[in-house]
Amino acid sequence: MKQLITFIKKEFHHILRDKRSMLVLIGLPVIQLLIFGFAITNEVRNTNIAILDNAKDEATQNIITRIESSQYFDIDRTLKTNQQIEKAFKTGRIKVAIVFQQNFQNELVHTNKAQLQIIADATDPNQATTLTNYISTIVMDYQSELNQQNNLPYTIKTEMRMLYNPQLKGAYTSVPGVMGMILLLISAMMTSIAIVKEKELGTMEILLVSPMKPWLVIISKVIPYFIISLINVATILILSVFVLGLPIQGSLLLLIGSTILYIFCALSLGLLISTVTDTQQAAMLISLLGLMFPVVMLSGYAFPIANMPLVLQVLSNFVPAKWYIIIVKGVMIKGIDITQIWKELLILLMMTAIFLTISVKRFKIRL
Amino acid sequence: MKAVELENIVKTYPTKKTTVTAVNDVSFSVEEGELFGLIGPDGAGKTSIFRILTTLLLADKGEAKVLGYNVVKDYKAIRDIVGYMPGRFSLYQDLTVEENLEFFATIFNTTIQENYNLVADIYKQLEPFKTRRAGKLSGGMKQKLALSCALIHKPKILFLDEPTTGVDPVSRREFWEMLKRLKAQGITILVSTPYMDEAKLCDRIALMQDGKIMTIDTPGNIVRQFGRNLFSVHSENMFTLLNDLRAFPQTESCFAFGENHHLTLTEESMAELEEYLLVRGHKNAAINKIEPGIEDCFMQLMKSPSQPFPNEMAF
Repeated sequence: MKQLITFIKKEFHHILRDKRSMLVLIGLPVIQLLIFGFAITNEVRNTNIAILDNAKDEATQNIITRIESSQYFDIDRTLKTNQQIEKAFKTGRIKVAIVFQQNFQNELVHTNKAQLQIIADATDPNQATTLTNYISTIVMDYQSELNQQNNLPYTIKTEMRMLYNPQLKGAYTSVPGVMGMILLLISAMMTSIAIVKEKELGTMEILLVSPMKPWLVIISKVIPYFIISLINVATILILSVFVLGLPIQGSLLLLIGSTILYIFCALSLGLLISTVTDTQQAAMLISLLGLMFPVVMLSGYAFPIANMPLVLQVLSNFVPAKWYIIIVKGVMIKGIDITQIWKELLILLMMTAIFLTISVKRFKIRL
Repeated sequence: MKAVELENIVKTYPTKKTTVTAVNDVSFSVEEGELFGLIGPDGAGKTSIFRILTTLLLADKGEAKVLGYNVVKDYKAIRDIVGYMPGRFSLYQDLTVEENLEFFATIFNTTIQENYNLVADIYKQLEPFKTRRAGKLSGGMKQKLALSCALIHKPKILFLDEPTTGVDPVSRREFWEMLKRLKAQGITILVSTPYMDEAKLCDRIALMQDGKIMTIDTPGNIVRQFGRNLFSVHSENMFTLLNDLRAFPQTESCFAFGENHHLTLTEESMAELEEYLLVRGHKNAAINKIEPGIEDCFMQLMKSPSQPFPNEMAF
């Protein structure tokens, strides 16, 4: 036991004294999460819009107030004539212009019909669609409220509801993806490099010719990275709840439990890599090409699996991150329980067992 | 019981084209408490023998025992009792001197305090630098630290693979003095070195070449077996001197040894040699009779059975 503790202490010395690896281990997850959560996102926030209110009555004021008070839009300017609309777009500051017809309220009250035009800058079509949808939703809200007050018998209500992600938040897809990626990176790549380093520097030679059991050497190599992975999980979850505003719907215990399983899976993969490589560079290359690439491309994080050619769809089944991301999405966002993800958990468990068996078989007790 | 026993050990390495025989049918034994040296140039097979004895490599053929334990079957027992210092500096460069020693003490289930007396002589020199990282030590200091780490668990037998390669002459001498003190404490030491001058510091040595042992004996006996008079020759033009000496009819062998050429003759007629050299234009040639060293013996053994002597062709 004392051997183990000393060994683990030694590993932490290695990690803590290497500033660069520290940055990768602790800084990278935070940076990635924030970049993917905030910067790279389709979501709409504080978009500048222009208003041309030809009516200036109670109804239009009401709608404008609603739009303005939503966190999605900021009114950049109010326009007076139709000609100003084009000019406003050309400044590049606004993405959407809203035009109310004359006598808006009168029309609404007497003919039950009023017109409102939404003009969007469709150079980015996805964003334009999202923006117009948001505005129509806000207008629809107002309309249904009016109808309630008027107590009219037949009102047509269009309801748009976004399941699970009502605000179409980017964080909902990025958090599980970042977790799947970071944990694999730290657990598999860093562990394999740490073990291969001992081989490369020749210290493995001394460790083998010592009373310390080889499997104990491996365990002590793995534990520090396990601990660091857990710290990263905590950081990611805290950031996603408090900074990205993404609540954990399901059981925290289940989420953490399956995350630990995934970490074990990644660690045994790292172990496997360390048994087939002899240099740190080779270990890093295999980890990056063999792990990072499939995780980003095939896990369903960046591209939907259903759209892939059949060959890639089949291949994606061998990527542990795919199953882990399904689990995290399920537990964290949909709030489902273990009965709905036991299959994925079982697959991860089997993968771990296979990786471990191969690496134990391949581990050399000699040079 | 012998400390180390090897019987007909063969070790080959497969390469792309052929297989290289690193150790070719080697047998020898080392007594307990002995300081035994494997002497030979790079590629002689010294490291392979060390790795077979420390259970790191499996021999293709033959049997080896360390303190009665078989290196294949009882590898675990051997790993408990031997100390091993590989040729490459194998400590953690980013740990301090003290942390390295502490780490290896714990790995071997002991503490620095417990066996401090064993490493005291060596470690005292390192103590002023104990908070310095191992990577920042000088070559000699690194070797001393590595030796301390190999010794800290009080091994019954110590394997040192080229411990003085790349170390300055002063540190080398100190290092060998340490080995003598360790031997006095009853530790069996197997050491390998490419430096012939270190050979005479061992109790017994094995001279190795191309995976084979050429001879095993005490350094004194090996020198005695040289059996010829050896002359050191020096003149102003050393390069032509070597060729001229080799062309001299009575020359048995002649090798360049640093500042002098070492010469053995089949027939000792010094007057004839002096005259020969004078004729060849070597004015201040100095010829002195000297005691042969291990290296002279090594050169003699190396060339003896396989190649014909140069002077045979001259006859």
